[in-house]
Amino acid sequence: MTKTCTCACAEAAPDEKELMGRLEEVLAEQKDKPGGLIPALQTAQAIFGYLPENALRRVAQAFDKSHSEVAGVVSFYSFFSTVPRGKYLVRVCLGTACYVRGGNEVLRAMKDKLGIDVGGTTPDRQFSLEVGRCFGACGMAPVLMVNDDLHQRVKPAKLGELLEKYRAQAVPAQEAKP
Amino acid sequence: MIHVTINGKAIEVAEGSTILQAAKSAGIQIPTLCFLEKREPVGACRVCLVEVEGARTLVASCSTPCTEGQVVHVNSPKARAARKQVVELLLSEHDGDCQTCERNEDCELRKLASDMGIRTVTYGGKRAAAHLDESTPGLVRDNSKCIKCRRCVTVCNQVQGVGALFPQGRGFSTVIGPAFAADLAGVTCVQCGQCAAICPVGAITERSAIDAVWAALDDPSKTVVVQTAPAIRAALGEEFGYPPGTRVTGKMTTALRQMGFDAVFDTNFAADLTIMEEGTELLTRLKRALVDKDKTAALPMFTSCSPGWIQFAEYYYPNFLDHLSTCKSPQQMFGAVAKTFYAQKIGKKPEDLVVVSVMPCTAKKFEAQRPEMNASGARDVDHVLTTRELARMIRQANLAFTELPDGEMDAPLGLSTGAADIFANTGGVMEAALRTAYEIVTGRELPVENLHVKPIEGLDGIKEASLKIERTQPAWSFLEGVELKVAVSHGLGNTRKLLEKIRSGDASYHFIEVMTCPGGCIGGGGQPRFTDDSVRLKRISAIYAEDESKKLRKSHDNPAVQELYREFLGKPLGHRSHELLHTGYRAKERR
Repeated sequence: MTKTCTCACAEAAPDEKELMGRLEEVLAEQKDKPGGLIPALQTAQAIFGYLPENALRRVAQAFDKSHSEVAGVVSFYSFFSTVPRGKYLVRVCLGTACYVRGGNEVLRAMKDKLGIDVGGTTPDRQFSLEVGRCFGACGMAPVLMVNDDLHQRVKPAKLGELLEKYRAQAVPAQEAKP
Repeated sequence: MIHVTINGKAIEVAEGSTILQAAKSAGIQIPTLCFLEKREPVGACRVCLVEVEGARTLVASCSTPCTEGQVVHVNSPKARAARKQVVELLLSEHDGDCQTCERNEDCELRKLASDMGIRTVTYGGKRAAAHLDESTPGLVRDNSKCIKCRRCVTVCNQVQGVGALFPQGRGFSTVIGPAFAADLAGVTCVQCGQCAAICPVGAITERSAIDAVWAALDDPSKTVVVQTAPAIRAALGEEFGYPPGTRVTGKMTTALRQMGFDAVFDTNFAADLTIMEEGTELLTRLKRALVDKDKTAALPMFTSCSPGWIQFAEYYYPNFLDHLSTCKSPQQMFGAVAKTFYAQKIGKKPEDLVVVSVMPCTAKKFEAQRPEMNASGARDVDHVLTTRELARMIRQANLAFTELPDGEMDAPLGLSTGAADIFANTGGVMEAALRTAYEIVTGRELPVENLHVKPIEGLDGIKEASLKIERTQPAWSFLEGVELKVAVSHGLGNTRKLLEKIRSGDASYHFIEVMTCPGGCIGGGGQPRFTDDSVRLKRISAIYAEDESKKLRKSHDNPAVQELYREFLGKPLGHRSHELLHTGYRAKERR
């Protein structure tokens, strides 16, 4: 993971103070709870859309932990991201069942379609791509998720169509659910 | 008590003991790698697998408790094969350039492979991603050699409470390192080097100054002098096959002279000088606090010899910075005096004199590079070698160390007292300071047996003592009847506990000695590996023996220091002392 910033910082800057203020509220509530670190990080990610470095340093300070320890926790769990994510997070499952039913081909096609690698975000900040490790929908393999929507029996050839639906919408569409 | 059988031997152990502990108590060896004495076992390496009758799988003996009636086989074919395979797997992802690796003489992984008779590595497999981190003055990290045993994580987090190193990522791509596997300079690290001292392989080492020192020695236009810290002489011998605790001061002196140093001096000289300054500073602070009721006279006063502790305070306890003695460490006092007083004496300009230090410490490399350490107008200390690097240079110079005759250090900066020797031990700076301060105040010798302050000796994490001051000299009558309370801590984790007690008002003292490393400088990050408590205690005894062997055992009795004050400095805390021997600290933002 690098500090490469793919976001439009100029857009985000005016909000930062407010977002950090919201982080402080979360920290005040969580910092003395045993095991409060992960919930605090989850909430921080919900606030910022990702975990920016200054937020992580603030979290470490509040929990009286080292930056390296907090970074260790963040880099251990694939659900945490230290780079800004697109509006839609696409997670292609590579769990065992999906893998044997062509998950890897789906992933390859998704990389082609979006023009980004795993961990990347499209320049228009619409899509980010991650790999999932089983969503518990093995019977419908291969699957992928776009935000909270699950797509089953995905075919590499149909990905363009799937993505178009999202591009066309302002918010993730509930009816895209299978 | 419970009863187990290991290798057919009946053993009785306390409940809660692990199989490894039980085996050790009966003299049965089990190979280990990630295990560290007195620390929670992590069970990360699996090198200590043993077979337990009735157990479904082999178990890691370091983290498996004994149960009543347990029957353990350390050397069953299954256990032996599994341990061998574990080491083979470690080797398969380890960048094993043994011929050129810095650790080729004392690598624990190489030794394990050899002990287990591994002659081929069956597994090809992927290697860990390589990243060479040379971002800090004292330490170099090479991830390609890391076997993820996590010993460094344990010392950095649990022993030192710094937390610069932590596992990053997961699975095969796990990197043991600073945040997001980036460079050490990006996080809070005090450069103590306990990680480098504990690493079983060549993944963390000191940043070598050997080439720079050879270049200086080979340059005919330079006068090169060397200072050696007290802790070196009780440990250097280990690099040449002597048992821990062997004193090799004389051989070391001869070796340095034969390597081409123009003068062989002693950091001990500057340690005596430190006591003169620091002792006077303590008494001055006490006077300001007790007589002048000066609120800015910060007490307790802390010692400032240990550069890891200085950085620790700058990062974590900025509110205590006023409490730190303004005395530079002996290393830096030596550099400043060598490049002014001594340079003048021999008619050299500071820039033509090269000062090399041999230190038990990696943080000293950092300290020498602090921008303010140029009181002489040049870098006061040019190059810092660790004890390990000196041993390497002695070998490079083809000297038969064990055959060398004993030599004497040069005057004037090679003269010292026993009080300076004990700077190497936890409790030693305190004892040395008390020997001098007590005598200044009362005119009598410190009233303890053989000048040793027993309560502050040994390896307890935090030690305390108090000393009632009576029948003072007239100038110090304000101290009459005062109970001087002192404390000593070593290891930054212990220091943190002590500071929190002071901060909360649960404890109060006049004077506190802090040493960064467990055991003090004799357990420093630059000392010969592998340092456990048994080794620490032997080095500590050797240092006390060195002290007791000296005719002069109190810093103020050092004739060369007296001469320095007469000819050059004036008096302790005088104007020139202030310019050359004292410094300031600044709060640093944690990274």
